[in-house]
Amino acid sequence: MSLSTIWVHAEAQEGKVLTVTLELVSKARELAGNVEAFYAGDDADAIAGTLGAHGVTKLYTTGGLDGKLPGPALAAALAAQIEGGNAPDMIMFGTTYDGRDVAGRLSVKLDRPVLTNCTDIGVDGDTVTVTEPIFGGTTIVDTAFRCDPPHIGLFRPKSFEPSESGGGAAEVVPIEVPDLGATGAAKLVNRHIEERQGPKLDEADIVVAGGRGLGESGKFEMIEELAKLLKAAPGASRAIVDAGWVPYAYQVGQTGKVVKPTVYIAAGISGATQHLVGMKGSKNIIAINKDEEAPIFGVADLGIVGDVHKVLPALLEELRKRVG
Amino acid sequence: MRAMHVVVCVKQIPDPATPGELDPTTKTLKREGKLILDESDAYGVEMALQLVDAAGGGEVTLVSMAPNSEVSGLRTALAMGAAKAILVSDDSLAGADALTTAKVLAAAIKRAEPDLVMAATESTDGYTGTVPEQIAELLGLPSVTFASHVEVRDGTLSVRRQTEAGYDEVECPLPALVSVTAGVVEPRYPSFKGIMAAKSKPVEELTVADLGLDAGQLDPRQEIVEVAPAEERKAGEIIHDEGDAHLKVVEYLEKLKVL
Repeated sequence: MSLSTIWVHAEAQEGKVLTVTLELVSKARELAGNVEAFYAGDDADAIAGTLGAHGVTKLYTTGGLDGKLPGPALAAALAAQIEGGNAPDMIMFGTTYDGRDVAGRLSVKLDRPVLTNCTDIGVDGDTVTVTEPIFGGTTIVDTAFRCDPPHIGLFRPKSFEPSESGGGAAEVVPIEVPDLGATGAAKLVNRHIEERQGPKLDEADIVVAGGRGLGESGKFEMIEELAKLLKAAPGASRAIVDAGWVPYAYQVGQTGKVVKPTVYIAAGISGATQHLVGMKGSKNIIAINKDEEAPIFGVADLGIVGDVHKVLPALLEELRKRVG
Repeated sequence: MRAMHVVVCVKQIPDPATPGELDPTTKTLKREGKLILDESDAYGVEMALQLVDAAGGGEVTLVSMAPNSEVSGLRTALAMGAAKAILVSDDSLAGADALTTAKVLAAAIKRAEPDLVMAATESTDGYTGTVPEQIAELLGLPSVTFASHVEVRDGTLSVRRQTEAGYDEVECPLPALVSVTAGVVEPRYPSFKGIMAAKSKPVEELTVADLGLDAGQLDPRQEIVEVAPAEERKAGEIIHDEGDAHLKVVEYLEKLKVL
């Protein structure tokens, strides 16, 4: 038996639907007869086509939020729909900044648990079960919801393959944001977009990441040059993001981005659990580290026990010759 | 200038250096050994101390939920400079999920009547990342999550909130809740004087009943049905660099046809 309706949190940047949204929609289609999405933004019409092509029938939208944050606004709008009788069986969110905010607020409004870090979902009769890797991905836990629907789950990006269903554009349905009282008092004043060159970290075919073993922030230039030569995205461990060497947007790990490239090169990264969670789904892993005992070697297909300050310059020189 | 009262939610967790374990019967995380202050929370404590300093008055109160009256992690944060702590410790809370934890913490925070509630973005052991926002909703507060920079000007918060593409500048009146990312500030190391002073700072210990919460509200509504080891990724070839390891890398990349 399958579910009747699943709602998916739709997110977009500059009119382009986020990949994680399409992943969730595609999975939802397998589990439910009807997939609908909800969205906070003034450009619902622009994304209705893509969402429809992936199987979304209706796109509920609050419209632009006029500076209000999506967490309280979208949660209140959804709760009002559900209380009014328009309720799905399951509500799926991507593990994103806004996804976590909306899911957290909504779980309180509906007084339902929210299950997090999910990488899979299954339905057996009326029981919905989600899968979550714990302890740095060494153990897999299945958890069943034991309450009335709608259930709420936050899913990690890259858990599912996006696929098109060939559907027409989703019907755009405006929904109202009720009065938020004090919870709506936070106001967006300005947006800053950090410029990055080359492919996006979570979409790149090759990722070159650096860690504390580089020794000092200036040495991250080696990672950036290597990334450029390989047409890869540069990434970083949490340690050097915390140390301020590179912006947060570079971070690969439990906090930060989950990446699954064809090749992941970890240079001077010891492989803390928090980092491994974000990269061990990579198809091929190359690790360069001084410490033979570093956990990163436990997941590496090619492990180089050596000094990054010797191996990287030699590698760069060789690649410059070949790539130019 | 007005005094700032800040509550910081802190979690006391098993040392992340030792591998975690699930209780085979209850299938919840074993938390019986010595617990330490979650490193992620040191950032919130430091940020709170700096905001109180900048306001020229006020104090930092810690709120924590932990089994067995555990206080060692709280003492670390008190040694950094927090004034006092509220600890909720109750056997009935073993294995509590994020929403239950948020209900308990929210009830404890309410007693302190803070201007500002701070929390880490997520804990190092459970990392659900939903508790701060759930607390804000339970307390009817506005919130700004994933803060990488926090200032208070004339009673208004000015926060940089991380986004997919960069960051947003967000303004928010007090009272409010903020969750901070690691790296928002550099946490201080407790001084010897701080460590000594922490030993006599007040820690109020409460049960679920003390908080006036109905145990029925806190029942778990989810059940772990299966625990299995993940498929292990096999380690591959390990070589020691003898000056030519970079050629091995090139060879490997060529084999994968990415060069």
